[in-house]
Amino acid sequence: MPLPAELSIPLSQHLGKPAKPVVRMNDEVKKGQLVGEADGFISANVHASTSGKVRAIRPHPHPGGQYAMTVFITPDGKDEWAEGLNSAPVDWKGMSKEEILKKIRDAGVVGMGGAGFPTNVKLSPPPDKKIDTIILNGAECEPFLTADHRLMVESPEAVVAGLEIMASLFPGTLKLAIGIEANKPDAIDALQQYAVPKKIEVLALKTKYPQGAEKQLINAITGRNVGEGELPFDRGCIVQNIGTAVAVYDAVCRNRPLIERVVTVSGMEIARQKNISARIGTSFSDIIAFCGGMSEKTNQVISGGPMMGKAIFSLDVPVVKTTSGILFINNSALGKSRERACIRCGRCVEVCPQGLAPWLLANVAQLRQLEKIQLLGLANCTECGSCTYVCPSGRELVHWIKYAKALVSSRKQRKSA
Amino acid sequence: MPSVNLNVSYAPFVRTKDSIESVMYNVALALAPATIMSVWLFGMRALLVTLVCILSCIGFEWLMDTIRKKPASCLDGSALVTGLLLALNVPSNLPFWMLIIGSFIAIAAAKHVFGGLGYNIFNPALVARVFLLISFPAAMTSWPVPFAVDMETAASPLGILKTDGVAAAMKSLDLVNGFYGTMNGSMGETSTLALLAGAGWLFYKRYITFHIPLTMLGSVFLFTAIFHLIDPAAYAPPLFHMVTGGLILGTFFMATDMVTSPLSVRGQLIFGLGCGLLTAIIRLWGGYPEGVSFAILIMNGFVPLIDSWDLNDRKAIHQKKSVTT
Repeated sequence: MPLPAELSIPLSQHLGKPAKPVVRMNDEVKKGQLVGEADGFISANVHASTSGKVRAIRPHPHPGGQYAMTVFITPDGKDEWAEGLNSAPVDWKGMSKEEILKKIRDAGVVGMGGAGFPTNVKLSPPPDKKIDTIILNGAECEPFLTADHRLMVESPEAVVAGLEIMASLFPGTLKLAIGIEANKPDAIDALQQYAVPKKIEVLALKTKYPQGAEKQLINAITGRNVGEGELPFDRGCIVQNIGTAVAVYDAVCRNRPLIERVVTVSGMEIARQKNISARIGTSFSDIIAFCGGMSEKTNQVISGGPMMGKAIFSLDVPVVKTTSGILFINNSALGKSRERACIRCGRCVEVCPQGLAPWLLANVAQLRQLEKIQLLGLANCTECGSCTYVCPSGRELVHWIKYAKALVSSRKQRKSA
Repeated sequence: MPSVNLNVSYAPFVRTKDSIESVMYNVALALAPATIMSVWLFGMRALLVTLVCILSCIGFEWLMDTIRKKPASCLDGSALVTGLLLALNVPSNLPFWMLIIGSFIAIAAAKHVFGGLGYNIFNPALVARVFLLISFPAAMTSWPVPFAVDMETAASPLGILKTDGVAAAMKSLDLVNGFYGTMNGSMGETSTLALLAGAGWLFYKRYITFHIPLTMLGSVFLFTAIFHLIDPAAYAPPLFHMVTGGLILGTFFMATDMVTSPLSVRGQLIFGLGCGLLTAIIRLWGGYPEGVSFAILIMNGFVPLIDSWDLNDRKAIHQKKSVTT
């Protein structure tokens, strides 16, 4: 898509501490130049996604739903790469582990599925955790979203190379797998011709939501159960997003920092639905203009998927590293909806992928019984939203559970402070 | 670009089309074959009974909502289902004033005193039926004969079994007729065929699962079969128990009532087993010829216990995990 008139690049596009700005107002920046430096261990670098001038650094709406420090860049139209970046593909096999990890860290690669966990941190688990499996998450189970799907079909070699690079960081032979929902046969075919010679399994998974949730994916591929409070590496697994694998390849072999990503633009109310490769910092309104505008019936714009995404409050918000999709919908049920009494139909219990009792968690959350709710497995909830989807009484089950989680974690912080 | 009013709301942004209304109206639809069958068997009087029950239930629902200052719930379908179930649970010649009292008991005493839809412990229609049975035993047990022209009444097959023994009961009823429904009984409970057709719809729409019906019917069948094998002269064969009385109606439409049955699968298995065993025990040795309503109501009372057992079990698992990690 054409270069927008202005790019707004938030300094917090990842889990952890926001990056520290390293440019000033009126500085000239090149494409790929560092504008925000990782601040601490769990943080990530942020780069300029085109060349131009820094117009301002101030708080700006963020797709996460808050205001966040943002670097505004007015492009100069030349789109010039900073020196040493965007090189011809080099072979990664000669590089040392430290070199690869440093390149990933320098490029600001984070988990692009939604959480935005810094990838170099994920790839350096504590030494006592033995990793024997790396899984690429090509399930993309959220309805509407097809960004990873297109990436798998269009650049399978980069996906496979990214996975190989990540595997080279661990000793011994690892089980490498790419899990893809069976409704994407073209992606499975495309990956198979590159993956099979490299002894990477491409597995067709049952199409269901939430197949792409980390814990469900690990269970589907390895049969292991990641229990309450456990992380994948406790079970010897690392799960990475398809987009992340491509970003790792770009960072290591082509010296390209993470400055653009594939975004699915979809929903009933946008003129042209498509997947676009958007620069980080492109505002949603630029994307709307590029896709032919949205209808007047639009009353919700969602960053992410329809099950776990967030409704945004301003069209000025930019695409960030974790924006997998932008949906334009007319949610006519909104406003009419009212939470009604639970009729104990048991559907939430039936659909919960984590085997919880969402109706009860929501009841206890409404009563703010924070001790009790933890005993009911609060930490086990992955917030997939299936319970709210099926509830015939229209209860905001997952919302109440998230609310309780926020209360519990703020109480813990207060205790430890 | 058009200026738009963006709404912010909680995820997920897509929701099921199912609602309380769709659940209730589908249950009502599933009861339609049995209702039509009862009109065919017992004449226009059955239709009148159905209408009186439904209208008075909806009326009392509205009244209770108004008194309790709650948002109107009288058209959400739950009162309709309660009224329909109550109608199908009584003989077609019951006086209208008794029906209205029954509706009042169902809606006011069994549902709204507990807090309305979703909070009642006992199935409202069954509470009303048992109330009527205890208050007006004569009227509730004089069953019109199918296709009768002059309001001719007779005992039900289960009643004959209780008073005159197996031989007389078996002689009074051809099991095939029992399956189709041409026998004496409450309006909607006679036709196993029509009820199974409705239950099939509920299975298809996934509003009920097989857990409760299977364990309930299975335990009645096994229990009665064992005693029939021990002494065929004293105990009726299991198939006789299957097609008579309110077993099929109760199993598929009242024991599976979402509000008054356990949530977890294993809880439902226990619940179904309890309902079946109690039904069989009451039928074989109880003072009443029919035990389905009592059995379900008794097990309804155990549901909170079953649910909390299941939850404490889960809690214990979580606690054990958090100790070890």
